[in-house]
Amino acid sequence: MIPLLNASGCLDALTAPEVARSLDAFVTKTVTPLPREGNPPPRIAETEAGMVNSIGLQNPGIDRFLEANLPRLTEVGVPLWVSVGGFSSSDYAETCERLDEHASVATIELNLSCPNVEEAPETAAELVAAARGATAKPLYAKLSPATWDIAESARAVTHAGADGLSLINTIRGLALDPSTGRPALARGAGGYSGPGLKPIALACVHACAEAVDVPIVGMGGVFTGSDVADLVSVGASAVALGTVLFADPWAPARIRSEFQAERVGPVAERKAVGHLSTSSPSA
Amino acid sequence: MNARRERLPVVANEAVGPYTLLRLERGGLDPGLPGQFFMLEAPGRVLPRPMSLCQAPPGELTFLMEAIGPGTRALCGLAHGDAIHVLGPLGNGFDLDVPRPLLVAGGIGIAPMPYLLDALGGDPPAILGFRTDHHAEAAQLLPNARVVVEPRLVTELLPDEPHDVLACGPEPMLEAVRALVPAAQLAWEAPMACGYGACYGCAVERDGRYVRLCVEGPVLRSAA
Repeated sequence: MIPLLNASGCLDALTAPEVARSLDAFVTKTVTPLPREGNPPPRIAETEAGMVNSIGLQNPGIDRFLEANLPRLTEVGVPLWVSVGGFSSSDYAETCERLDEHASVATIELNLSCPNVEEAPETAAELVAAARGATAKPLYAKLSPATWDIAESARAVTHAGADGLSLINTIRGLALDPSTGRPALARGAGGYSGPGLKPIALACVHACAEAVDVPIVGMGGVFTGSDVADLVSVGASAVALGTVLFADPWAPARIRSEFQAERVGPVAERKAVGHLSTSSPSA
Repeated sequence: MNARRERLPVVANEAVGPYTLLRLERGGLDPGLPGQFFMLEAPGRVLPRPMSLCQAPPGELTFLMEAIGPGTRALCGLAHGDAIHVLGPLGNGFDLDVPRPLLVAGGIGIAPMPYLLDALGGDPPAILGFRTDHHAEAAQLLPNARVVVEPRLVTELLPDEPHDVLACGPEPMLEAVRALVPAAQLAWEAPMACGYGACYGCAVERDGRYVRLCVEGPVLRSAA
C-alpha cells in the first residue's frame, strides 16, 4: 500500500485527530520562527476545477508550537512531519535546530515554495543546506511547480542534503469576484489547488523521479484512488491529500480502497519512504 | 469532531419567496444546536457549502438558501430523487440558556431562526428585516415576528428594555446590533472550504487576532 499523508496546511490534527489517524503520517501547517497572524480575509475562493487560498502561513511560531502544540500532536499517535517555513536561511536553520531535539518529530518538510508570502532571497538549495546543518532528521524539500526546470531544482536540493522531495506546492492563481470583477481574495492572487493541479503535479514528479534518487511524496489535485495510481506510476513513493480533505474529511479511507482496486502501471523502481515512523527513521 | 458525513436523499426543494428551502432526509445525522452548521455537497463543485440548519422536523433536516453563486444555484436546483453528501453538525451554536431571548435576523439570516425558536420553546419575540416585500415572504417561517422592509432597519424595532439578543444576518446588521447590544450572540458568515478547522480560510478578526469562524463560531458573543 502506498502511504497517504495530508498536504501541509490542509488538516489540523488538533481539531480533527480522527482524520489525522486515518493517514500514515500527519504533516503540520508550516511553522515559522515568529508567530504569524496570517493574511486578512477573504482568504479563499472556489474557482473552476479548484480553489485559491491566501492564508499567509498563520501559525503560533516555533516557541508556542513546541510548548503548546507538539505535546498534543504527539498524543494523536500518528507519525509527525513538521513543515518549516521562513524568510531567510537562518530562519530555516533556527527552526530545524529547535525541532531536532524532539524525538516525536519524524521528519521535517521544508516549505520552500509558499506562494502567499515574501520569498527568502536565498535559493532553495541554500535554504536546504542551512537546514541540513541544523538537524539530523530526515529533510523533505517542498518545491514549487512555478520554475523553469524543476528537475534542476530537485538535483540542487538533494545535493544540498534533502532526503526526499514533496511535490508540488500550489501554483499562483487569481479568482475574481463575479459581482465586482475584482480579485476575490484580499491579497489579490493566491495559491491554486484542486483537480486542475494534477497534470502539473504529474509532470513535476515525473521529471524529478528521473533526475534524482530520493523518495518523492506526490501531491496536487488528488481526489481519487486513480489519481494516487497515476502519481505512483510516474515515481511517487507516497501521496499527500490536500483540497480533497476540505471536501471530505473521510476521503483517505475512500481513496485507499479505490487505489487497492486500481491496476498501477509499470513502475521502474519504487523508493521506500523510510521517514514515516518516529522510531526508525532510515535516512 | 462529532460530525458525521452521510449521503442524504432530497425530500423536496420548496420556494419560500425568493429563497429555497432544501428538505433532506435526516439519515443518521444529529441536528445539533441552533446556529450550528452543515457542509452540503454542491453538485458539480469542488467545495461543499456551509449552511445553518433551518428546521429539524421528524426524519428531516432543512436548509434555507439563496441562489447567489454556482454552488448555491446547484443546491437550489436539486430535486426529489437526488442525494448529496452532508457533514455535520459543525461549529458552536447559540447559548439557549438565556432568560429574555429576542431573535433578530436580516435577509437569509432568517435561516437558523425557526430551529432556534423551536429549541427555545415558548414564544420569544422576533424581529426580521428584508430588502424587498418579495424577500419578506420568508417571514412565514416565523409567523409571530415583527417585520421591516428596507429602508427600515431591524435596529429601529429593538426594544428599550434589556433582552438577550440572538442574531443572524449581513455583517452591517450584526455590527449595528452589536453597537446597541454589546452582549448579543451573533451568528457570522465567512467563505469556508472545509468547515472543520482544516483550511484556515474562514478567519475573522476577534480581539485583534484572526480566529477560525468554523471552530470558534459561527456564533460569537460580541462581549463577555
